[in-house]
Amino acid sequence: MTWLSIIISGIVTYFSRMAMVALIDREMLGTKVKEVLNYVPAAVFPAIIFPGIFFNDFGSFVEITDPKIYGAIVALVVGFYSRSVIATIVSGLLSYWFIIFFLLR
Amino acid sequence: MLSKSKIFFKGIVAVLPHMLSVIPFGIITGAIGVELGFDPILVYATSLIIFGGASQIIFMQLLSGGASSLVAITSVGVINSRHLLYGAVLSEYLEKLSFIKKLFISYFIVDQGFAESNKYIKQNKNLSNPHYYVLGTGITLWFCWQLSTISGIILGSFIPDELGLKFAIPLTFLAIIVNDLRKLDHVFVMLVSGFASLILFNAPFKSYIILSPIVALIAAFIMLRFKK
Repeated sequence: MTWLSIIISGIVTYFSRMAMVALIDREMLGTKVKEVLNYVPAAVFPAIIFPGIFFNDFGSFVEITDPKIYGAIVALVVGFYSRSVIATIVSGLLSYWFIIFFLLR
Repeated sequence: MLSKSKIFFKGIVAVLPHMLSVIPFGIITGAIGVELGFDPILVYATSLIIFGGASQIIFMQLLSGGASSLVAITSVGVINSRHLLYGAVLSEYLEKLSFIKKLFISYFIVDQGFAESNKYIKQNKNLSNPHYYVLGTGITLWFCWQLSTISGIILGSFIPDELGLKFAIPLTFLAIIVNDLRKLDHVFVMLVSGFASLILFNAPFKSYIILSPIVALIAAFIMLRFKK
């Protein structure tokens, strides 16, 4: 039963990856739709970022003093000026660790 | 003119920084599956067959918590429906490929790979073989994901919980969009998506992951109308 669920989930997931690439003809999308598609990264990723910062493991809002918020602010500033993926992630993690291991001890 | 292998290699290099979050996340995913009591083979099968971190974790958590298969499958479908949006964007670059190649490349469409490919191909419009970039990012992420989930399955969660490495996930995605903060229209769409996700977070089947982007894209559509 579990195997069957995995296989069906796999088919569903593969379909989500393949449908727009292989089954849809681009001519079917109007110019307006194509313009809106420019905003896909801006529309999708904040929906992963915001909950990852502002919710805890139990699904409730974190306190305003939560280290994740300050780590994210550091990453945001460093990323904005450095334009580097690695600097963004590393600065965010280091500042987060600095807060939880040194400031909160 | 860049050769196919050079473009492929550029794709590999582009996603390497994201391994900082992909590898710990993979280890955690493998370890959680075993901790929840699933057969190691089964846990690995989710990496190979579903191949999507968040959806694999939710899938195993739901099944072990006694949810019905239908609920687990629905949740996986809802979480992964965001790939439809990636596909719609990437289809422009993959248009000329044969049907079989499209079917093959589709398996490797992943968040970070999509984002890096989209960024690079937009900046290099007259690239002759953009799909090699997509493949370079996707296959790299695929290998690292398989290896890291396997090590999580075998070694358990050897990353100390106190490190809070889950925080690397929002950071990876922040790194992807941080450059677009220079464009006000993109900032507007990001804020709509972000606040929508906070409001919709407790909607059933983790549907905030697709509902928030839809709300944000509708906002983008309306914004474009006013711009003209």
